[in-house]
Amino acid sequence: MRRIISVLMENEPGALSRIIGLFSQRAYNVDSLCVAPIDDSSLSRLTITTQGDDKVIEQITKQVNKLIDVLKISDLTEGSHVERELMLVKVATRNENSRAEVKRTVEIFRGKIVDVTPKNYTIELTGTSDKLDAFVQTIGQTGEIVELSRTGVCGLARGDKALRP
Amino acid sequence: MMSGAAMVVRALKDVGVKHVFGYPGGAVLDIYDALYAQQDVQHILVRHEQAAAHMADGYARATGQTGTVLVTSGPGATNTITGIATAYMDSIPMVVLSGQVPSMHIGEDAFQETDMVGCSRPIVKHSFLVKRAVDIPEAIAKAYYIANSGRPGPVVVDLPKDTVNVQESHPYRFPEKVQMRSYNPTIKGHLGQIKKALKVLLKAKRPVVYVGGGAIACDASPLVRELAEKLNLPVTNTLMGLGAFPGDHPQFLGMLGMHGTVQANKTMHNADCILALGARFDDRVTNNVQKFCPHAQIIHVDIDPASISKTINVHIPVVGSVKTVLTQFFEQMHEIDENERKDQLLDWWEQIEAWRSRDCLAYAKDDKQIKPQEVIESLYKHTQGDAYVTSDVGQHQMFAALYYPFAKPRRWINSGGLGTMGFGLPAAMGVQVAHPDAVVACVTGDGSIQMNIQELATCLQYGMPVKIISLNNRALGMVRQWQDMIYKGRHSHSYMDSLPDFVKLAEAYGHVGIKVDKPEELDDAMARCFAMKDKLVFMDISVDQNEHVYPMQIKYGAMDDMRLSKTERT
Repeated sequence: MRRIISVLMENEPGALSRIIGLFSQRAYNVDSLCVAPIDDSSLSRLTITTQGDDKVIEQITKQVNKLIDVLKISDLTEGSHVERELMLVKVATRNENSRAEVKRTVEIFRGKIVDVTPKNYTIELTGTSDKLDAFVQTIGQTGEIVELSRTGVCGLARGDKALRP
Repeated sequence: MMSGAAMVVRALKDVGVKHVFGYPGGAVLDIYDALYAQQDVQHILVRHEQAAAHMADGYARATGQTGTVLVTSGPGATNTITGIATAYMDSIPMVVLSGQVPSMHIGEDAFQETDMVGCSRPIVKHSFLVKRAVDIPEAIAKAYYIANSGRPGPVVVDLPKDTVNVQESHPYRFPEKVQMRSYNPTIKGHLGQIKKALKVLLKAKRPVVYVGGGAIACDASPLVRELAEKLNLPVTNTLMGLGAFPGDHPQFLGMLGMHGTVQANKTMHNADCILALGARFDDRVTNNVQKFCPHAQIIHVDIDPASISKTINVHIPVVGSVKTVLTQFFEQMHEIDENERKDQLLDWWEQIEAWRSRDCLAYAKDDKQIKPQEVIESLYKHTQGDAYVTSDVGQHQMFAALYYPFAKPRRWINSGGLGTMGFGLPAAMGVQVAHPDAVVACVTGDGSIQMNIQELATCLQYGMPVKIISLNNRALGMVRQWQDMIYKGRHSHSYMDSLPDFVKLAEAYGHVGIKVDKPEELDDAMARCFAMKDKLVFMDISVDQNEHVYPMQIKYGAMDDMRLSKTERT
């Protein structure tokens, strides 16, 4: 089962590598990973999407929590939550027709065209990973994907719940 | 004001370090200069950095205090890796101070540069790469705090050469108290869980207490004993837990697991309640997890939440230190009627005694060849069961664990988790440094002893009268045993066809060597060995090559599916 795990940790050199190292050392999956400092710049928040049954996820959260640099951890998928991923994708357009078609598709998905050349559109799109997947599939039929970059999932729990020190 | 190097030594003194095991080299010469002509911290010069880590480890196991290692960058640091991993697997408090190339050269593949923080990352509890000299006292204070709190473990402090430069001076500030917002181990157990656990434990008709190294780490032995005696409970210790509950106690069942006794494994398998104290349901205990103790409600007390339900799902977890949680147990326990307890467990004890009467450790002596078991029994006799016994890894380790009933904690010192050959001798030396007047014996074999034999020189330099009891079977015994059992006796590369003359070798290093190959000579030789109180004695004891360690669990079976001898099974 896909899980989104949020980790609050010290914003210190080496902290990230400890978490990544733990995942490979204990043979846990990492589907995506997203990390940046938060409003208190001494802390970083890291979001990992991973796969595993309850027992594996329990071990992952316990093992990550055991790392000295980690303050808090929470499995967002345990409750209702908001998740988003950002994608930039460069699409080559073959002709006027396909340019129009790409533009229409971007509008349908509520994306933005952020760079234009005679041959390419660069498109920005945010949403759930499913939505991004759907867009990639659709756009591939109208234009040719030149390159693509996704941030990985980040997320927050809905309501009053918060991951704070 | 002082240099970074002086700060290292001063901070060691301020955390209470008395002994450092190490080896100098380019990146740590400043620190070695600061060690010169001072009396607070005594340095023991080893012959290989791996041994420095094992010495610090043995020192820590025997005392509960954090062991300290000091090595240079590159090979000095990487040589400690096996020692760090050994300590990590057995949760031993240790701090490794490693030199590093100057900060401005990190990443340039400089001479003797290794990313020590990176190399050691999977096998440390935590690590520090010090950036500035002024950070040294705090890094060292934190390192010792982390190493010896919560679930103990090794911590690496990597010190780039520019941070310890003796030419520069900086203010020294040692933190009075270490506080870390991201590290607060749980010591006290949850009261609700404790009440639940007690209810199940007191109701149980077939209970057993399964005690691991965690009980020794927090010095909970007296409480374990009090609980067992008060509630009339049978107790088994893991390999790491030997001595946590006295080996000569009538309620003790012996060690459990792969080479556990019949009574210990049978009692576990048939129990309706298992109280696990600081043990981690290791694969060398459980055998097939699918068949593990099918009738038991499991209560698991452990300081590390990640140890709970890792391999075996437990019913009542209690996160906390065994010592604190047992104190809470007593607070919650009402008057116990001892007669009532006796009645309640009468049938269970009768059953256990029936299993015990199988006498699974019995073995046949021989008048031509010495049996390894009788060496350990003789060792027990000549040390009055009160020695510090370290061991290497293999058959001799299991024989020592089974035939030397340890009455006290911290007396049995072995590499249980990682299974590191070469551990025994340096560990014994570390114990001897901690307890200069104690009797320290290293039970080893002809294979293991050669993995750190160079330390015989260190023993001479510091006058360490360690007694080396080498069970020489001219083979890698445990490998050979498995080859006998599983590979139709094809002894692939388990021979030692070119063994040195260990007596001459010991003599060459300036020690005493005694060769024993007849059963009738064993007792006398052992007596002579332990009469030489201030000498290192190397006992090269020729033992029966074909002896196997029994009992032994049968792979894929339940805990109590065991071979009892070459021909018998449970």
